Amino acid sequence: MPTIVVEVMPKAELLDPQGKAVTFALARLGKDFATEVRIGKRFEIAVDEVTDAILADVKQLADDVFSNSVIEDVVSIEVLQDSAATVAAEASSTAAAL
Amino acid sequence: MTTELTQAPGSAGSERHIPDTVSNAAATPDREQPYGALGLKEDEYLKIREILGRRPTSGELAMYSVMWSEHCSYKSSKIYLRQFGEKVSPAMKKNLMVGMGENAGVVDIGNGWAVTFKGESHNHPSYIEPFQGAATGVGGIVRDIISMGARPVAVMDQLRFGAIDAPDTQRVVDGVVSGISFYANCLGLPNIGGETVFDAVYQGNPLVNVTSVGVLRHEDLHLANAKGAGNKVVLFGARTGGDGIGGASILASDTFSAGGPTKRPSVQVGDPFAEKVLIECCLELFRDELVEGIQDLGAAGISCATSELASNGDGGMFIELEKVLLRDPTLTAEEILMSESQERMMAVVRPDKLDAFLAVVAKWEVETSVLGEVTDTGRLIINWHGEEIVNVEPRTVAVDGPVYERPVAYPSWLDELQADTARSLDRPETGDELREQFLALLGSPNLADKSWITNQYDTYVLGNTALSFPDDGGMIRVDEESGLGFAIATDANGRYCQLDPAQGARLALAEAYRNVAATGATPVAVTDCLNFGSPENPEVMWQFSKTVEALSDACLEMEIPVTGGNVSFYNQTGTAPIHPTPVIGVLGVIDDVAKRIPSGWQDEGDNIYLLGTTSLELDGSAWAGTIHDHLGGRPPAVNLEAERQLAGLLAAGGSESLLGSAHDLSEGGLGQALAESVLRFGVGARVWLDEVMERDGVDAATALFSESTGRVLVSVPREDDVKFRGLCEGRGYPVARIGVTDKQNPGLEVQDLFTVDLNELQQTHRQTLPARFGALIAE
Repeated sequence: MPTIVVEVMPKAELLDPQGKAVTFALARLGKDFATEVRIGKRFEIAVDEVTDAILADVKQLADDVFSNSVIEDVVSIEVLQDSAATVAAEASSTAAAL
Repeated sequence: MTTELTQAPGSAGSERHIPDTVSNAAATPDREQPYGALGLKEDEYLKIREILGRRPTSGELAMYSVMWSEHCSYKSSKIYLRQFGEKVSPAMKKNLMVGMGENAGVVDIGNGWAVTFKGESHNHPSYIEPFQGAATGVGGIVRDIISMGARPVAVMDQLRFGAIDAPDTQRVVDGVVSGISFYANCLGLPNIGGETVFDAVYQGNPLVNVTSVGVLRHEDLHLANAKGAGNKVVLFGARTGGDGIGGASILASDTFSAGGPTKRPSVQVGDPFAEKVLIECCLELFRDELVEGIQDLGAAGISCATSELASNGDGGMFIELEKVLLRDPTLTAEEILMSESQERMMAVVRPDKLDAFLAVVAKWEVETSVLGEVTDTGRLIINWHGEEIVNVEPRTVAVDGPVYERPVAYPSWLDELQADTARSLDRPETGDELREQFLALLGSPNLADKSWITNQYDTYVLGNTALSFPDDGGMIRVDEESGLGFAIATDANGRYCQLDPAQGARLALAEAYRNVAATGATPVAVTDCLNFGSPENPEVMWQFSKTVEALSDACLEMEIPVTGGNVSFYNQTGTAPIHPTPVIGVLGVIDDVAKRIPSGWQDEGDNIYLLGTTSLELDGSAWAGTIHDHLGGRPPAVNLEAERQLAGLLAAGGSESLLGSAHDLSEGGLGQALAESVLRFGVGARVWLDEVMERDGVDAATALFSESTGRVLVSVPREDDVKFRGLCEGRGYPVARIGVTDKQNPGLEVQDLFTVDLNELQQTHRQTLPARFGALIAE
């Protein structure tokens, strides 16, 4: 089953207090290679099939519902096919095992 | 994996924006400048050229355009606001430590303590982005309080939304309320009151006003100015980013390569935790005497802070703008000058104290950069990588901006509106009709319980809250030893002001004053937040002029100084201006908060008295609006001398502990005050109206719903009855016993007319907001 993934980020020009807090936390952990962290949102929408109409719908939802266009940007909308989703799931379980 | 759909402007870094220098400006006098898009009129632009003797650089244009905006320069209101400074008696100055014109006024409350307070508006940002708009509104006013050297101790908010059932109202209400609660709760500041009004006139232009109060010892008072050549100018707090500079991008647009910059956002995002750290950091800097002055950065950011500090000090300042720490390295010099990034402060520090200053700031993990120093050149000079991009006389930016005497015109529609009185409306006569309308008012959006909103706020944090919503005013203990404290209440009735702006202003002052008095405190000072339509509309300007004239006269008559405030113009839904909404805040002092007077009944068998008299004054009332959807006629009369007498009576009654409760009568009249007195603690009452009806010559509907002023409902324990009556007689204030509290039957019985039990009162009062906005948080 394919998944449509929408990613939303705070606008680049605006302060991201969450990201700032994590940036400082990393510095305290000694990970000073991180000069900036920004935190956004990821929506995974499982669908039976992907059509142009559905994608157009998701695009509209991304603009109107998933994001607040005053302070956020929709940075990507993409489709993950079964295999990719499985790979992603495996990758995360491997990460969890570590 | 993902592709970026948007890209930060200039992030490639290949082409750095080259700013317009002073010498370049002198060499290219004819270059066209986008002053119109920055909100400057042609004559204003020409005036700038005349002041400078050349065309402004783009950086100077950025500074002048924001500082000469209505919001920063008060150019339409200045000629009227002077009256607050002129109409002052010696008695008004007695307790005033800092008056108008500073970040916030400061009032001596005794025992070496002082209180500073101010109201501000954040209306337009709160419509565009309700959550962040309201949140940063709280942040901004709190920084004003900090910059006076005070510790912020409370906030309150005055909210006006569109009709409760309009489609967009919930979006705005949800965002604004959670924005306020998020920011103030994170800061650990109690929200101790305020107002919420729903009216279609605010549909496309909600009003979000915030008042903050701070406390300080007399010796901690600080004023923001840049004195002493050689002193360092330091920017500290959050980094500067592209917040709130929608317009500034125009300045840079012609210097970017293909595509141009994305339009910068016009909103700001706040970080209350950064502000909390800033509060503590600033208070430590003041305590250790490491700063000469601190100025907060709000609207117009660095443009405002540098020009105001320099104007208030020795008149000169030199700044190296590239030393500003940036969150976004692509910002141009013009954008840095205009950025409204939150949680920033500017300090003036003596060179010998700089190391100690930096050590304190570092301890709080606040980022800092020394931008430049105070000079005695009389010029504000700003360099960008060694090149001079601003060279101006600071007063021309910050103080001597344009002043307009806008045309005023008596509103063409006003006579007709005033002629359409509520006298022709059908008034209820039978007990059943009265009961039905009493409940309709109790459950109407503006008179219904606001717990849905106030439950989202912290009320008792810091542990000094003596009174808070739904009492008449908020009260905070200042001195934990003596119990010394202050009370504050705010009020405005836009419907009254629409009918008669001068009278509306007097009524708002009288009610806020009475609310403070009803807590047992003595009113001592006023702040205002004047929300109006467009000053370019002569009818709006007439409303404004009448408001300020009446308010300043009324303050003089009541001997209570206006210590500061805010004007917000251009509030309109479509082309229709909002009702004039001058929010008046009154601050009072109480020697011991243990003697505060609660607003509801608590004991069995207390006598209930109505202080003041009732006339047929239903024009503009909640009754006319709710029952008949009517607005017309003339607002109620107000007798300021009587209000002073009443306040004196309540203070005396409070200090002798004669009063079990006191509750002011305002919107909804006696009926609403009775219901709220029952609902506060669930103690009922038997009430009779015949005495009042006979004495004042009014019918039952008038007795219950009229909004005559100078009235307060008090309850008096039986053992204090003789003393209380003596007090009223001695002071010659009209009083009538209208009932007795009843714990056994916790409802409201209005004899010979109707009875409503407690459950029905609660249901009616409490369900209105949750029915619209969702379940109540924490019953």
